[in-house]
Order: sequence, then C-alpha cells, then structure tokens
Amino acid sequence: MRDEGKKRIWQEYQKEIADDNYYYVRSCIRQTFFPGSEHTFVKILKEELAKNLYETPAHTTCTGIGYHSDVVPFETTMTVVARQFSLMSEAGYKNYVPSCITSFGLYTEILEIWHEHPEIEDKIKEWLWKATKREFKKPENLAHSSDIIYKFRENIASIAKYKLVNNENGKPLKVVEHIGCHYSKMFPQKGVGGAEYPYVLTGMVKSWGGEVIDYPERRHCCGFGFRQYIVQANRGYSLGCSKKKFESMEPYEPDMIITNCPGCPMFLDRWQYVISETEGKTYGKDGHGIPVFTYEEVAGLVLGYDPWEIGLQLHQVPCEPVLEKMGIRYDPAKKYLGKNGEYLGKPVSPDYLKFY
Amino acid sequence: MNGLFNKLMQDVRFEEGLSACINCGTCTAICPAAEFYNYDPRVMADIIQTRDDQQIEELLKSDTIWYCGECMSCKTRCPRGNAPGLIIIALRSLSQELGYFTESEKGRQQLVVKRIIGHSILESGYCVFPDLVSTELHPEQGTVWKWEFEHFKEIFEKLGANYKGNGPGALRIIPKESLDEIQSIFEVTGGNKLFSKIEDFSKKKAKEMGLRIDESIDNPYCMYIYKHNSGNHNS
Repeated sequence: MRDEGKKRIWQEYQKEIADDNYYYVRSCIRQTFFPGSEHTFVKILKEELAKNLYETPAHTTCTGIGYHSDVVPFETTMTVVARQFSLMSEAGYKNYVPSCITSFGLYTEILEIWHEHPEIEDKIKEWLWKATKREFKKPENLAHSSDIIYKFRENIASIAKYKLVNNENGKPLKVVEHIGCHYSKMFPQKGVGGAEYPYVLTGMVKSWGGEVIDYPERRHCCGFGFRQYIVQANRGYSLGCSKKKFESMEPYEPDMIITNCPGCPMFLDRWQYVISETEGKTYGKDGHGIPVFTYEEVAGLVLGYDPWEIGLQLHQVPCEPVLEKMGIRYDPAKKYLGKNGEYLGKPVSPDYLKFY
Repeated sequence: MNGLFNKLMQDVRFEEGLSACINCGTCTAICPAAEFYNYDPRVMADIIQTRDDQQIEELLKSDTIWYCGECMSCKTRCPRGNAPGLIIIALRSLSQELGYFTESEKGRQQLVVKRIIGHSILESGYCVFPDLVSTELHPEQGTVWKWEFEHFKEIFEKLGANYKGNGPGALRIIPKESLDEIQSIFEVTGGNKLFSKIEDFSKKKAKEMGLRIDESIDNPYCMYIYKHNSGNHNS
C-alpha cells in the first residue's frame, strides 16, 4: 500500500486512548463465534502488558443488533446503555472498552446525541432511575478493544515470537485489513485514522512485520446488514457483499484477512465456504481459501500462543497456510481436542475448500 | 402536527439524518443495498423532502425502506453531512408504529426479527447466543459450526469461556437481577409496547393471508415470512 498521502490523513485522525484501568464489556457476536479472541485480549492485557482490566457478569447486550434491526426503540437502547455506564460508575471505572464494534458505534452515537441534545440525556436519566433506581456517569474515555491493542502494538512487537513475515522467503505477508463499518463511518474523528483509510489495523499489521493490501473494495461492508442476515430470505445481500470484496481482493493474492468487528470475520469466513460449496470457487491458491482472523488472534499468534488455545480451530477456512508461512510450531493432532484432551471428532470436510 | 412528515420530524434520528439533500447521488454510489436491491437512497431522500404525506405513506408501506443494511457508509461520503441510513431508521420506526410494515414482504419479516433477537435480549441478556444459531436455520454456518454445535461445552471451556456458568466471562449466564432490570427498562421506555405492536399487527396480517400463527417461531406464518423471497427485489 502506498502511504505518502494517507500519512497526512492518519495524522488528522488521532484519538485519545486510555493507558490503563479498563472497564471491559463483551460482545454478543464475538462471544458466540470467537470466544477465544476475548480470552486472548484479556490475557494479553493482564499477563503481557500488566494492565488492570475489570468486568462484571451484570452487564448485558447493548441491544445493538436489535436496535439496528429496528425492533428496539432508541429510547430503550439509550437507557440500556445508560445502565451499562451505571455499572461502570458503580465499579469505580472511567475508561469504557467494548469488544463489539456495533456497541462502540452505538455508544459513540448516543454520547454525541446527548452532547447535542442534553434534554434527551436528562430524559434517559429519569427513565433509568424509574426503571432501575440507578444513576450513571458518562465514560471519560471510550475506546474499542482494537484501539487498545493498536495503542500497545509496539509493546507487543517488542516481545513477539513470530512476525507477519513469510518464513521461507523473508517477505512480509500480504494482509487485507477489514474494519467494521460502525467503527468510524458515522464519526470518523472517533476512529484511529478516520473512516476512509482507518489506521487501527494497518498500524498493527505494520508493527508486526506485514504489508497491507490496498484493494478497490477495502471499505465495502462485509454484508451483515442486521436484518439482511438474520432473516433467511435476505441472506443473498450478505453473501453478495462479501463476494464483491473477495473478487476485488483476489488479484492481489492476500495471505490473510484481519478484522476488528465481531461479525465481519464470521461472514468473511463462512461466505467463502458457501461460495466454494455452491460454485466450486475458492479465493486462495490450490483450493485454499483466504484465512480470516480477528486482531486478537493475530496478536496471539505473533506472541506465540498455541493456535488451538486461542480458537483458530473454529474457523471454516483453515488457518494452517498462515501458520506454515509464519513458521509457527503447532501440533495438528491437537486441533480437535476438548478441554481435557479428549478427541471430539473432526468436522466434515467441505467438497471444494481445502480442509485440515 | 399529526401528518407523517411532522411525525418524522419528532424523531432525533431524522433530525440528525437529513438537513438539506442536494440529490447528488453519492449515497447511492457507495450504498451496498443499492447495488443489491432495487434501492436508491437518493430517491428515498428526495421523496421525503417533498413533505408529501401521501408519498411518505407509500414509502412506509413499501419494501423500499427495508432494503438498507444500516452500515452507514452513506454518512461518511455525503457532502452535506446527511445520513440516509438514519432516515431509514426513523422511517422503519414510524412504519412499525402505524402498522404499515405488514403491507410489504420485507416489512412483514419484522415479526421473526422480534421473536428471534427481541426475545433473546429479554430472556438471556444477549442479542445472540450460540444455542440460537441452529444448523437447520443456518446451513451457511458450515461444517465446523456443526461440529462446534455438538460440542459447545468442551470447546468453549477450552477457549476460556464461562459457558452457561455463573460469574464473569464469555457466554456466562447473565444474573436474574440484571435481566429484571432490562425487562423493567423495556417496560418504562416503550420497548415492550413496540414488541406488542409488532405482534398485534402481524397476527392481523397472518389472518388476512390465511396463514396459521401461534406464539412459537416455527409456525406457518413465521416460517413463510422468514424464508419467502418473491424474487422481485433485485434488478
């Protein structure tokens, strides 16, 4: 990717990211599909970076998916978010870190609305009190969990065991970075690097030795579209969006995709499977797909964590080609073992997509 | 102040989403929905700007307002700072308020969205939970998900999750006191009222269409609106 012009844009879009004492809030989608990623995030912060991170079992969904599929009124969502802030205030924290991009976007939007319409914030305070007898303070710092890893990307690089470099030829791995739409499309100034050329994942990739691919549809949505995926009759929309991206990135021969939104890695992973099953088409070489990762997984890999302990066996597009290229030592026999080492059987191999 | 445009004006999303559209079409050029569906956010904004309640009513009863994926790509690019995606949220809200959503194929789908996501929020505290993503309704999830579905506990515990356990962590049981607070918030702020409206208008429509409906998700009306695609939505 050519950086000259983008560096100016990146300088314009910098944000304050708290240094420590994080109040962590989990994501419905990431927990469901990639729970190992959240575990890896907590481990990196606590064990590698010696940061203080707190979470409570009492937090719930922000209702974001319900709100964006239009079955939850804005007033309800704002009051649920106010309750989340109340739990943070109650625990004595000020730095709010959501794992979800939909949540991050919604919190950002709500804080902006309250800033512009203080009468709405007053109404929400009244409703929260009426419903729960709770009060709240707004976060002093709101950062997505990918912002936190971005902030400490050089610290991670300094203790890394592996790099995003092809072990055989010494060249940087070619990486597609995919940013969740709600990270900064609504409020570019709230995302590292803005909305057109976000830097949050690019920064990580560069610090860890990789090279980012600039391809035409890099800002196109993965296709979640909320109701467009939830309802079976609409899923062609979701598939169509991901397919457009794959076709656009394919000529650049990416080694991998890195994402910062909980839903995107799942869609970019699963739709490659569907396209291969229905059309016999794969987007990597020799029947391989393009492996898709969360940023926590990539951080875990460069830090030398066991791929099967961070959840890479949950991806339909196998991660092994990237492990091989990076020279990561791993035990293929342990891929499908449960917590106590018991063999859980192997998933059925797809018809076209190469499987391990 | 009872006209449809005036009702839209009372919605802060509408106020934030539309100041003055110059009809340049930049939103349509960037919109993923416009590429897939017979959808044009430029035209939608233009109709709204007429302030003609008859045209707005047609919009509220049409498939058009249900095509958007709410990705908000339009907001980034609009040279006037409008957000057609926010206008859509306000239109959908009003369509459900008035019961117009049941007049279109895509609008009718709101009942299953409410019964899947809405119920999950109130019953579990999550919008989505693994057990909800069945392989029957989600064949696209693939063979690894099917394997995972059969071994949730063993796999999730290996990955550090607290699957259906007490205390903090991924996939934990959310305490009853928290769910009670969420239920109370829904009651006080109109969430439950919207759920009831979606149910009531949908049941009326099911009767009109001659399809059986009950409180489950797999009754004939729900399965019809969940799976039926007339094929009339794409160019």
